[in-house]
Amino acid sequence: MNDDTTCLFWGLVAILTTASLVAAGLSWRSPKPLPETLENLNARIKAWWIMVAGITIAFLFGSGGVILLFAFVSFAALREYVTLTNTRHADRWTLIGMFVIIIPTQYYLIWIDWYGLYSIFIPVYCFLAMPALTAIRGDTSRFLERVSEQQWGIMLSVYCISHVPALVTLPIPGNEGRGLLLIAFLIATVQGSDVLQYIFGKLFGRRQIAPNVSPSKTWEGLIGGIVSASALGAGLYWLTPFSPIEAGVLAGLACIMGFFGGLVASAIKRDRGVKDWGHLIEGHGGMLDRADSLVFAAPVFFHIVRYAWT
Amino acid sequence: MMDGASLLQTAAGAVLAGLSRAVTGVRPIWAGTGPNGRQRIYFANHASHGDFILVSTCLAPPERARTAAVAGADYWNAGAVRRFIAGKLLRTVLVERNWVERAADPMQVMLSALDAGQSLIFFPEGTRNMTEEPLLRFRSGLYNLACARPDVELVPCWIENMSRVLPKGAVLPIPLLCRVVFGTPVALQEGEDRKVFLDRARNALLTLAPNRDGTRR
Repeated sequence: MNDDTTCLFWGLVAILTTASLVAAGLSWRSPKPLPETLENLNARIKAWWIMVAGITIAFLFGSGGVILLFAFVSFAALREYVTLTNTRHADRWTLIGMFVIIIPTQYYLIWIDWYGLYSIFIPVYCFLAMPALTAIRGDTSRFLERVSEQQWGIMLSVYCISHVPALVTLPIPGNEGRGLLLIAFLIATVQGSDVLQYIFGKLFGRRQIAPNVSPSKTWEGLIGGIVSASALGAGLYWLTPFSPIEAGVLAGLACIMGFFGGLVASAIKRDRGVKDWGHLIEGHGGMLDRADSLVFAAPVFFHIVRYAWT
Repeated sequence: MMDGASLLQTAAGAVLAGLSRAVTGVRPIWAGTGPNGRQRIYFANHASHGDFILVSTCLAPPERARTAAVAGADYWNAGAVRRFIAGKLLRTVLVERNWVERAADPMQVMLSALDAGQSLIFFPEGTRNMTEEPLLRFRSGLYNLACARPDVELVPCWIENMSRVLPKGAVLPIPLLCRVVFGTPVALQEGEDRKVFLDRARNALLTLAPNRDGTRR
């Protein structure tokens, strides 16, 4: 913990307090019973308080705490994902292995900072071992479909998400001991851009980007979100080893990736006929509803920073 | 007959509820009724050993403490470990399913549990459903209970996904999200025929199930 972390923490508390006060004011003036949008807004803000508290506690325990937090995020996300897939009896051991072997191993490899292995453990070894294990069980019905679903699930829920805590291991010259702040920067800009896209979409949204996938995603929301999230990123440059312009560009990029993450997650949900991934986070839906943008943003952000700054 | 749960049973119930939440994230959906403190028979579809744990996890601790699962004595009395689990650790009401060899009348066993103030978790199919059908034909038990104790509320509970988490023969569960949908209570109408009532109860349970194509409401 240092001064910058404390600063960020109190900044978040100030933002959430403002949001809570505004929502309380709106609820007070609104006719009762509250309209659904307002109920949802209240639930969302309450959930944000809990999420910020959770992340803060993890940060207090340092990189170990953050790794454990994201291992839990992966667990919850994978559980939601697998619930929506076709599973057959022959997949049992593969599925159990995904939870009890792959998740702990991937996060352990990040803990011991073995980049050479954690970057290929899932896309090479697990991707070969999982179909092999499934094939041994001998059930070929919809084999390709089952194997593909498993592999993509482990990619999204574990591999991609694990790149958030992996940021702490990047040896950026001059940034020693400040790896956690880089994680805070990524989470703040990506989650901030989700909120900003939502706000801009609600206020100015006219032209839908992919109405068949997600009616709430509009060009106005996307562009307003990217611009404002870039500004937010630039404003948070003091958390990072970047200059304000670099921080803004990286934030804008993370925001675009986050948009695609949300879009792909919506397409999967629509395919399976569900509205939300689950019910873990009151008002938001499941873990993947909240983390979908981070799933796409984290690995890209990680590799750009790794390439250009180390 | 015990009136309340023993300390061991309360502790085991809390531990199992915590475990089943950790694995399945189970959440009750009260669609048609809420927790109201009345004595109840929760009747549910049955495909996994975890079913009654899931239902009892969804109940508030005081209701959980007085709710026992009706289970097959032939299975749970076979072997010391199972006997300990069913007799000491969990709240169960064991009934003999085998007509020929049974010592105690299952109706009497269940009725005395109800008379002691317990709520019951009851699987009217009589056994675990291993078929592709969503729900087997109901046996007469539910009708007989409804006739004998008309004041007890009969609440249909659709258990979703538990058979994927812990299918027959499996020891380790797969973490998947589960839900238990509690529907509108079914009451036996005056002079209602056994078969008509059982069909009606079965339909009340079936309407809580997700759609055929796997989509969920």
